[in-house]
Amino acid sequence: MFNYTFHWNQALKALPQMLDGALITLQIALLSMLIGVVCALALTGFRLSGNRALSGFATAWIEIARNTPALFQIYMAHFGLGNFGIHLSPYTALLVGIAFNNAGYLAENFRGALKAIPDTQARAGRSLGMTALQAFRYIILPQMMRVAFLPTTNQMVWAILMTSLGVTVGMNTDLAGVTQELNARSFRTFEFFALAAVIYYVIAKAVTLAARAIASRMFRY
Amino acid sequence: MIEIENVRKSFGTLEVLKGIDLTVKKGEVVTVIGGSGSGKSTLLTCINGLEPIDAGRIKVDGTEVHAKSTDLNKLRSKIGIVFQQWNAFPHLTVLENVMLAPRKVLGQSKQAAEEMAVKQLTHVGLGEKLSVYPNRMSGGQQQRMAIARALAMSPEYMLFDEVTSALDPQLVGEVLDTLRMLASEGMTMICVTHEMKFAREVSDRVAFFHKGVMAEIAPPEALFGAPKDPELQKFLAATH
Repeated sequence: MFNYTFHWNQALKALPQMLDGALITLQIALLSMLIGVVCALALTGFRLSGNRALSGFATAWIEIARNTPALFQIYMAHFGLGNFGIHLSPYTALLVGIAFNNAGYLAENFRGALKAIPDTQARAGRSLGMTALQAFRYIILPQMMRVAFLPTTNQMVWAILMTSLGVTVGMNTDLAGVTQELNARSFRTFEFFALAAVIYYVIAKAVTLAARAIASRMFRY
Repeated sequence: MIEIENVRKSFGTLEVLKGIDLTVKKGEVVTVIGGSGSGKSTLLTCINGLEPIDAGRIKVDGTEVHAKSTDLNKLRSKIGIVFQQWNAFPHLTVLENVMLAPRKVLGQSKQAAEEMAVKQLTHVGLGEKLSVYPNRMSGGQQQRMAIARALAMSPEYMLFDEVTSALDPQLVGEVLDTLRMLASEGMTMICVTHEMKFAREVSDRVAFFHKGVMAEIAPPEALFGAPKDPELQKFLAATH
């Protein structure tokens, strides 16, 4: 039934190239998370601002990010904006698309985390003479971070995996892009993608384990 | 001195304070008793400006609490308040809980804040618990920590809002002992409480609230010994 001969050597020889690609993957994921967290904080602020234009903008962003395919969000950043004469490179388009997606999900996480802290905490701070900002900074925010930390690391893992969608906009330097090019030259599809999958798995797992270690050090209560 | 003049306060259509007059002098201990919904807790949160009032005025050392020009944060640092729910900051150790406000609000140095915190925590019997997180302590210990946290601001007035009501019965005593100690040290206090024995012991005056009105106020011997208000008579009969 099977008469396929595995050629793992070919794939293993390309390992250094693929690991270089993995670094690009990690770089995009990290940058997209940084941008995503900043945007998500802004969106959370917009939603609580009471200003209809700002909260409408934030709600629209969050709804679109969470309820449309990530692939379309990346497509739009590359080809969609291209129609309006805004030409982003595959790298930038991928980064923008994932950051957009991250921000939507993270904003929802942050709102949930804020809701999880009882009002009486801020009230206790205010009754000690703290300003609203001080109560937020020293009492609410540190507790929010604990609630939001693990969902945020989940999003980081998701961001790493989403980078593979970059091949659809011509990205050829990240792990998926490099793998796709090697595959096109050799047709050793199974070997190359299996090896790439292992690398994705190791990165994702390492991020999860590192996050857990950080969490247990940061949140001792 | 805390001067409360004809204070009215409503939540929606429900009027919870219907013209309260009360003056508390420096060093005086006034306890407030009454049934649930009588407005006694609301009065405390109005005194430190956590709640706005609809009419009347409250002055603390001559400063009108609800005037627009009043710096509430500054005023609150001299009026400590402790609630039924102690609201420990769970992400901070006991020591850090007590040091936070003196550091951030009064701008004290780390060393000064720590000295004060250790002193107050030792005072309430938690000198051994400095590096513990609040979740690891009993309700009574957390409530005493909340008292130390308020005292670390060196307040001139302390307001206690049913501070033993959420505690298991066997833990009530340790918190009441802390309040007794403060009273004996001359702290000016207003205590809302359901502990009649405690009210009788520590108070200079006891006020009875009923449906948003201060129905009677008198020294404890008179108020408990010869209550005049019929509602107070009923209340005392029910709680004895």
